[in-house]
Amino acid sequence: MAYGKKVLDHYEHPRNVGSLDKDDAQVGTGMVGAPACGDVMKLQIKVSNEGVIEDAKFKTYGCGSAIASSSLLTEWVRGKTLAEAGEIRNTDIAEELALPPVKIHCSVLAEDAIRAAIEDYEGKQAREADAPDEAQLAEAV
Amino acid sequence: MSELNLPIYLDYSATTPVDPRVADKMRQYLTPDGEFGNPASRSHSFGWHAEEAVDEARKQVAELIGADPREVIWTSGGTESDNLAIKGAAHFYQKKGKHIVTVKTEHKAVLDTCRQLEREGFEVTYLAPQANGLLDLKELEASLRDDTVVVSVMLVNNEIGVVQDIGAIGKMTRERGIILHVDAAQGAGKIPIDVHEMQVDLMTLSAHKIYGPKGIGALYICRKPRVRLEAQIHGGGHERGLRSGTLPTHQIVGMGEAFRLAREELTEESARIRALRDRLWNGLNQMEEVYLNGDLEQRVPGNLNVSFNFVEGESLIMALKDIAVSSGSACTSASLEPSYVLRALGRNDELAHSSLRFTIGRFTTEEEIDYTISLIEQAVQRLRDLSPLWEMYQEGVDLDSVQWAVH
Ligand SMILES: Cc1ncc(COP(=O)(O)O)c(C=O)c1O
Ligand code: FES
Repeated sequence: MAYGKKVLDHYEHPRNVGSLDKDDAQVGTGMVGAPACGDVMKLQIKVSNEGVIEDAKFKTYGCGSAIASSSLLTEWVRGKTLAEAGEIRNTDIAEELALPPVKIHCSVLAEDAIRAAIEDYEGKQAREADAPDEAQLAEAV
Repeated sequence: MSELNLPIYLDYSATTPVDPRVADKMRQYLTPDGEFGNPASRSHSFGWHAEEAVDEARKQVAELIGADPREVIWTSGGTESDNLAIKGAAHFYQKKGKHIVTVKTEHKAVLDTCRQLEREGFEVTYLAPQANGLLDLKELEASLRDDTVVVSVMLVNNEIGVVQDIGAIGKMTRERGIILHVDAAQGAGKIPIDVHEMQVDLMTLSAHKIYGPKGIGALYICRKPRVRLEAQIHGGGHERGLRSGTLPTHQIVGMGEAFRLAREELTEESARIRALRDRLWNGLNQMEEVYLNGDLEQRVPGNLNVSFNFVEGESLIMALKDIAVSSGSACTSASLEPSYVLRALGRNDELAHSSLRFTIGRFTTEEEIDYTISLIEQAVQRLRDLSPLWEMYQEGVDLDSVQWAVH
């Protein structure tokens, strides 16, 4: 399979590889795919109090196009609000990387990953808001 | 490393280059100053000379497998030989029964031929091999029935290189009067073969796996006991009516020369190739979480099939521009299925997706092997640093306990 220039560039110089603390309330983690399918993508975002994505990191087990899709995605979401990041479509990624038809599903995975990360972050925030804070807990005892 | 020619070819099971000695011989059978005649022409010396060359090649092919030259017919390659053997025998003997036995790890030329026969009303049993790739002979024996007419088991597997015990199978089938077909496309010239000792009835041979040209093969058809086939290609009645079509003299001469060289050099060559293979395995096996696919002992010398856990095969191949190997991963939208051979061994899908096949051959050098080892080490390390599965493994997470969203 011949790869496009942009895929090769991301594959050879992946941006923002790494991990953020998944227990941090500011961090949302999306893990999608399955080892049995030959692709697993982990995308993490760190969100400021203003709802802006300050940092993004990824790790991907998958083909070169999957690695490139997730690497590109981390570049794109940095500095975006959650709403803006949630609007990224796999077709945008596929177009930017010039993915051939058989590799479209690799970009779908990236779209799934950013959605999962946002959902995880929002879930955490909602739970924080619901949970009584520690001072109240202490008083109740 | 200045003498290293990149990329390094380590895909000898896909095909081999034609040995220059073979190419020289072939050249003499093409041009006006060579022996270009039609071997079927009976009325002049152009035909006679071509026929002599074909006869000589037939002898050379027969010799490698311990057959009589009259037991060898020419085909267009391994695929055609598999088709002719299985369809030809099944059709000829269908009054006796319509049951065929084969193995899940056979080449597609055998499996797809069996599928076609199923569509024609035959019943096919596909046996699963054991985890090491070898057939459980008791299971094979238990699958044989009164209406079984053909058993087809390959000598050497093209992906994992394991060698089946054909002699033991031949004993079972001969006792029962069942036709045994053996696809030896990957075995001929690599391990010693004696078709009569192994009691094989039909054997597939291909030239381009052992330094001959592509597009030529042969089928061995046992004369004692006599095995009959129904022809699949009809025409001028060449090859005793079993396979019509003008014989491609230059291809046949090339196959003959390749088989002659293979026979002469087999012992020395297989020792050399085995040493290189072992060197490669010892090098790669220094890394963590590396698994050999297929039995190490009962295996052809030039094959190494390895899974690098937590690294996906296609991405690994991308990192290995300087070496030509093949991957067991097939993660494309058309098929998300990894290698059916590795799956048939019961390997989990991750390991199947993470596999590479290295096949070593006549022109492989020690420098090439050493270079390959260091390249693979770097690539695997780099991709593991990118892999969320490797990270989880290192954190002690049991990947089988994770609920994956299988899509
Ligand atoms: C085991 C086996 N059988 C059959 C074939 C087909 O042979 P050919 O390429 O000559 O048609 C191959 C090679 O691809 C093979 O490895
Ligand atoms: S992740 Fe399956 S082909 Fe890219």
